[in-house]
Amino acid sequence: MSSPSDQTRRTIILTALATAVHASAPRSAAAEEDAPGSDLRPQKADVLVFAEGDRAGEVIKPQDLKPGGPAVRAWPKDPKTSVVRKGSRLNEVVVVKLDPAELDDSTRPRSADGIVAYSAICSHAGCPITAWVKAAQGEKDVLKCVCHNSEFDPRQSAQVVFGPAPRRLAALPLAIADGSLTVAGTFVGKAGAQQGG
Amino acid sequence: MTMKQWLLPSLFASTCLFSIAAGAGPIENYSPVTADRLKNPEPGNWMLYRRTYDGQGYSPLDRINTSNVKNLVPVWTFSTGVVEGHQSPPIVNNGAMFITTPQGQVIALNAKTGDEYWRYKRQLPDDLFQLHPTNRGVGLWQDKLYLATTDDHVVALDAKTGKVLWDTKVQDYRKGQYLTLMPLIVDGKVIVGGSGGEFGVRGYVVAFDADTGKELWRTFTIPGPGEPGHETWSGDDWKTGGAPAWMTGNYDVETRTIYWGTGNAAPWPGETHPGDNLYSTSVLALDPDNGKIKSYFQYHQNDSWDWDEVDAPMLVDLQRDGRTIKSLIHPGRNAIFWVLERKPEGIKYVAGWPFVYTDVWKGIEPSGKPIVDPAHKPGIGKRVEFCPSLWGGKDWPSAAYSQNTRLVYVPANENFCGGFTGEKLPLVPGQLWLGTKPEDIGLKVRPGATHFGELQAWDPATGKKVWSHNFPKSHLFGSVTVTAGDLVLVGGTNDRMFRAFHAKTGELLWEQKTNSGIVGMPVAYEVDGTQYIAVQSGWGVDAQRIQDALATQNNVGVENNVPQGGVVWVFAVKK
Ligand code: FES
Repeated sequence: MSSPSDQTRRTIILTALATAVHASAPRSAAAEEDAPGSDLRPQKADVLVFAEGDRAGEVIKPQDLKPGGPAVRAWPKDPKTSVVRKGSRLNEVVVVKLDPAELDDSTRPRSADGIVAYSAICSHAGCPITAWVKAAQGEKDVLKCVCHNSEFDPRQSAQVVFGPAPRRLAALPLAIADGSLTVAGTFVGKAGAQQGG
Repeated sequence: MTMKQWLLPSLFASTCLFSIAAGAGPIENYSPVTADRLKNPEPGNWMLYRRTYDGQGYSPLDRINTSNVKNLVPVWTFSTGVVEGHQSPPIVNNGAMFITTPQGQVIALNAKTGDEYWRYKRQLPDDLFQLHPTNRGVGLWQDKLYLATTDDHVVALDAKTGKVLWDTKVQDYRKGQYLTLMPLIVDGKVIVGGSGGEFGVRGYVVAFDADTGKELWRTFTIPGPGEPGHETWSGDDWKTGGAPAWMTGNYDVETRTIYWGTGNAAPWPGETHPGDNLYSTSVLALDPDNGKIKSYFQYHQNDSWDWDEVDAPMLVDLQRDGRTIKSLIHPGRNAIFWVLERKPEGIKYVAGWPFVYTDVWKGIEPSGKPIVDPAHKPGIGKRVEFCPSLWGGKDWPSAAYSQNTRLVYVPANENFCGGFTGEKLPLVPGQLWLGTKPEDIGLKVRPGATHFGELQAWDPATGKKVWSHNFPKSHLFGSVTVTAGDLVLVGGTNDRMFRAFHAKTGELLWEQKTNSGIVGMPVAYEVDGTQYIAVQSGWGVDAQRIQDALATQNNVGVENNVPQGGVVWVFAVKK
């Protein structure tokens, strides 16, 4: 088999892993983690920067996100001090641009131009959310933690739609200011796993 | 009582609650565990991971046997209140039972009544990334217990009260280091091996002083510069090459040698770490006094399949080829049933044969080196399929050996294949590093498969399969225990059953549905002349992942609906 079809791809993801799963958010150097404010949870007026890839560290603008996904992993950054809040993995978020008409009533007010953000740390055992794939049930793409296959629907406040996760991902309200994505409030809900990891 | 007087004790009580929940109170008359007791455990106790140092998973108790097992009934249960995979054996020492749960809890129970004495709850860090949220049990020494934690500490508890006596950090959990195994206790040393092969760590086995928690020695499973075997690695690969040692070792009391299994090389595709990669996917013979590597045997070279070989081989005196062989027996994740010999000059290959279907090996050289079919060896930039799957023919759940029947009982998985596309990816400390994207990993059922899980009975003297029991709708992911009553006890299936088979014939003699699925290890013990069988039911971790995978395969008819939540089940024969 050369490259898996969509159907196979879905199966493959659900298959999950024998001893491991994927994660890719880079950890910063110790010095950066120690910078004052780096382990503070995302704060109002923070900007978001790419967490990985060629543009890691660059501020995310709405036009950088493709409608319908994929989801992008991001860190909050204090625009005044330029400190990226990488000091705790609990600060990492996933950002995805959706059709605003698809968002439910509690999700829409936290979105900006259809863009929503959630904690990237799975509420089950604390793995990172790494996949944007077709749901196990239904045709929509969802946020997925491949550690134990939990799926979260970003259109409905990231409620759990599959897998062992006990609760939704914490939501991060967004706004657009000066052409950049900014944080409009603190996390709604608890970022992190159900019990110490 | 003044307000202040009232406040102080209540504050103290609530502080205590964070580490030790109140139970009925301390264990009275605890039996201290000595070196002699561990070497020759009383038949009614289960104080080591596999009951005895040889790792056979055999109980000499026979009051519950093939003729009365049909009358086995639950006598008490205990709900742990914890979800995820409950993988530890209930450890029993003269009427006191100790179980562990995911998230690092230890619960002390009265083994006869199920009454709780005390509970230790570890407070894990909020930012912990628990890839394998589980624990495989406490080690015992004198009047202390030892717990290895997923945030990479070893903790000593007072066996009578659960009070923390010492707490030693092993390495940094933020770098992907973690512990899930039951510590091996040898002559006052607490010996553990690290998990984290998926994070690009350098594997190790480490010993601590049981009284103080002070580190005594640490042996890396990947040799550093100047050490023998270092030449089997290229460049700096040895620093991040995996070979974790995340399961409890076994111990040869006579020669004072520990046998410890090691995991796969990292990342997965062999092309990313050229060479044989000692001592990944091996068994190491270690000196318990100083950790020195006396000998080794590598089950396969340049691992490319994620085939951990961490389950330590069983030590068995085997009658084979007209002589007694001091053997090591290991049904491997790599699908080969290995018979090795513990010779004074080192570990030697005796025989090997596939116990499930595999397309990876074309044979085994006389030295014991398996011959790989390159068409089924994952590499960079190409998708490669191989059988068995990543989970192998038998994963970490233990096989058992009966001193009565002289057979080996294997929790095997048949008809699973898998594959992935290898990729060169940068290592970021603390983040997973597989050498592939999860989107590219697959598990497939072989066309025409009629079953998945297979409980097998092998004669290691002849290499013949004596019987097998097939599970048409489930994989088999649970450790096996065998008793002198000729009962083979195992859970491991997704129908929540706990079962007893006839050790000689494979006949299913008894089964009981439990609250969840069983990935825990069954044990047999005795209190006041009554024999009990105990096991934890609590589905999760890899058993659940395989189930998810099966549930998404067309025409297999498997649902992923096993409820979670841990319960200790204890059975006895109804009189
Ligand atoms: S940690 Fe995400 S599903 Fe388990």
